[in-house]
Amino acid sequence: MTSKANDERKSDIVYDVDNLNLWYGNDQALRDVTLDIKRNEVTAIIGPSGCGKSTFIKTLNRMVELIPIVRTSGEIYYHGNNIFEKTTRVEDLRTKVGMVFQKPNPFPKSVFENVVYGPRIHGIKSRKVLEEIAEISLKRAALWDEVKDRLHDNAYGLSGGQQQRLCIARVLAVEPEVVLMDEPTSALDPISTLKIEDLIHELKQTYTIIIVTHNMQQAGRISEKTAFFLNGEVIEYDRTEMIFSTPKDKRTEDYITGRFG
Amino acid sequence: MANGSGSGKYEKLAIEAPSFQKRTKRRILLDKVAGKLFSLSIFFALAVLCILLYQIVSKSIGWLDFKFLTGNLSMDPYKAGIRGVIIGSVLLMVVVIPVTLLLGVSTAIYLEEYAGKSRLRSIINTNISNLASVPSVIFGLLGLTVFGRLFNLGSSILAGGLTLSLLVLPIVVVASQEAIRAVPGFLRDASYAIGATKWTTVKKVVLPASLPGILTGSILAMSRAIGETAPLVVLGIPTLILRIPNGLLDDFTALPIQIYYWTLDTVLTAEYANLAAATIVVLLVLLFLMNSAAIIIRNKFQKRY
Repeated sequence: MTSKANDERKSDIVYDVDNLNLWYGNDQALRDVTLDIKRNEVTAIIGPSGCGKSTFIKTLNRMVELIPIVRTSGEIYYHGNNIFEKTTRVEDLRTKVGMVFQKPNPFPKSVFENVVYGPRIHGIKSRKVLEEIAEISLKRAALWDEVKDRLHDNAYGLSGGQQQRLCIARVLAVEPEVVLMDEPTSALDPISTLKIEDLIHELKQTYTIIIVTHNMQQAGRISEKTAFFLNGEVIEYDRTEMIFSTPKDKRTEDYITGRFG
Repeated sequence: MANGSGSGKYEKLAIEAPSFQKRTKRRILLDKVAGKLFSLSIFFALAVLCILLYQIVSKSIGWLDFKFLTGNLSMDPYKAGIRGVIIGSVLLMVVVIPVTLLLGVSTAIYLEEYAGKSRLRSIINTNISNLASVPSVIFGLLGLTVFGRLFNLGSSILAGGLTLSLLVLPIVVVASQEAIRAVPGFLRDASYAIGATKWTTVKKVVLPASLPGILTGSILAMSRAIGETAPLVVLGIPTLILRIPNGLLDDFTALPIQIYYWTLDTVLTAEYANLAAATIVVLLVLLFLMNSAAIIIRNKFQKRY
């Protein structure tokens, strides 16, 4: 798939990853990763533990650089701009590209303060505007009805699933374009998981979603595209139904049929 | 499990079960003896403390009254009061608290959040821990050279306060570093992932979460500062100040200093021993209050994640 060849389709490309390599010290975690990610699609990243899938999405918003020993080579273009360029400000990138983590990580503050954390640090002070943003974001995260009467209670009183949707609301409150999700349901019960999956279906109308998942059924249910990672390499990247019905690579087939992983 | 198919056979243990039980009896006995020994050592410490307290309190009875707390210093033991001494100690804290909090917490933030994992950082870290165990007399000499002589502050409250600040700064830095380190990484990640800068993250996430720990450590450091004698003696705090200090550049005397001088002069006037005892009680009450404050803050604001 060459993105540069076709200008018309290029506008649809959010991320263009080119020969990305990444090392933790001397251990190589990503090898020549090359793929495009399209707007308003859900892209699932699957693969066994330690295959580099989490590392990969953490590279997309450069969160991976918080680990001091990381080195990278290759390029990641976000709307045509190389995110590793000196002129790219990570703060801007991470505002446009939000992230939801494996374990729900609300701040030890009220539900309201959690949601408006982003808008506040970007300088919005008006109480009225903040309240509006909180309501809209919580509604988008399908949490409003459950928390509208306890906006000022501590977020730690919410259930795990609610906390995770709160974290999604907190990301949505800064109007991102892309939402990265690193195994967002692996710490949740089946009902909460289902709610998050429904939410992902809603969100893809507005946002581009890249989700790492351990759960292949989940990848099948929610994603348009699936990338199979193994030992830091992209083994296969295709439409999800193709990956699950007619995988081209033997290793993909072995993995999705449960022969290893 | 998968590759050990040949060696997985069941083998009998070499020792028979009953011999285990014999050992159990012995182990339980040993456990009881150990418990008794440990309780004996705490009893020893408590006994010494009680004797000390009894001696001090019994000597101070009849001397520690309102007049003693509010009166001015005097050569005459029956007229002497420690108002000026208490004011001296309070003014010392007025210097020590802001200086150590500001410098100590800033240093801790830099070392934990900003400085990378460089070799220099680990050298600095080790040396801060070493500084915390340097004898206080050495800090007194440093204070005398730098603040007393070089900055020409003499034996003023400012000179004394800055010297004590240097003394407890390492303690505040180490305590703050530990409190900051205890803030879970996933909270920082949440902030960074939303486009926050380092300073925003420190200000809005790290500091609020680590404040109880920082305050507890700092108050304990302050109570060390308020009880320090040696560095002030080295600075040359005058033996007897009849004037009450009313500015940071005035000469002063503080509670531990006064206790020291009165105890020294007991050979001349026997009643000075009672004055020293009464002053010790005042200092102990002050320390007790500060430590209680530290415990209350820790219990009240401690956050669980």
